[in-house]
Amino acid sequence: MSAATEHVEHAGHGHNTDEHDPHHTPSDRYFIKVALFLALLTAAETATYWVPLGAFATPSLLLMMVIKFWIIIRIFMHLKYDSKIFGTMFYIGLGLAVFVFCVFLFTFQFFEKFW
Amino acid sequence: MADIAVHESEPAHEDHGHGHDDGHGAHVTSTGLSNNKLAMWLFLGSECLLFGGLISTYMLYRGRRGDDPGPAQLFDIPLTSVSSFVLLMSSLTMVLAVNAAKRNEHSNTSLWLIVTGLLGALFVGGQVYEFTVFYNEGVGFTTSLFASSFFTLTGFHGVHVAIGVIMLMATAAIAKRGRISGDKAEVVEMVGLYWHFVDVVWVVIFTLVYLIPA
Repeated sequence: MSAATEHVEHAGHGHNTDEHDPHHTPSDRYFIKVALFLALLTAAETATYWVPLGAFATPSLLLMMVIKFWIIIRIFMHLKYDSKIFGTMFYIGLGLAVFVFCVFLFTFQFFEKFW
Repeated sequence: MADIAVHESEPAHEDHGHGHDDGHGAHVTSTGLSNNKLAMWLFLGSECLLFGGLISTYMLYRGRRGDDPGPAQLFDIPLTSVSSFVLLMSSLTMVLAVNAAKRNEHSNTSLWLIVTGLLGALFVGGQVYEFTVFYNEGVGFTTSLFASSFFTLTGFHGVHVAIGVIMLMATAAIAKRGRISGDKAEVVEMVGLYWHFVDVVWVVIFTLVYLIPA
């Protein structure tokens, strides 16, 4: 791995590094820090298997899942830095999936046992 | 979306207004964005629907198993946690490969792609082991609705990972020969997007299927 600076830009491009600049690429070191944070979250998730959290277990697991999901798509998949159109393509599919299958689960009374 | 005709033999234009060449795509497009990347994001959006269907079907059927062994008896959380960690680390090596490709470091690109592929293969190996254990416990694909929906969901994900490993190894071989540079570096990014998606789907499966008690 080559020496990493905080921000790596393409040779020949002197663009600014605002959030939606497609030429902006975070450094290797930054990605390693993000991966370590994700690994810590995974360890925390796994710990809930041995440490009983009672009623807090499911909400905390769901929260950690959403945080991991968000970090991966925003940072590792570059949605934070790329054009918003790419994100829109993905969020439409994701939103549709969440909506359709929540309706599906409601229809089959899946959520009734939770209240 | 129509491409404005720009041939690879022509020099890339340094136009930073509309329809600029972003340094990775061979074509200048009417949106100024890579059509390949747009198509990949659209594909990944549609994959959300596929996995959403499989996950919600599993959630609905996970209690339907009669007297057969269920999640509490079958799931090996420590093993699955290690598998999850392996897949998560493969996402890190994948971004390192993409970064290396953007810097035109062919050998580093190839190296990180191979490491990612090996981590993916390790994950698939863990899944095969898990399936074998379940089968030996008497839980096959048609044993119960729980088993059918579980094997379908995790099997589909496993197939996606296996396809990703093949893509990674093929891309690594091409990168090793120095054929991925300049305007073709986007190929590594495409494979990376697919790979991260496979990882992000596992993040959801790991929590909803394995960790949240039935």
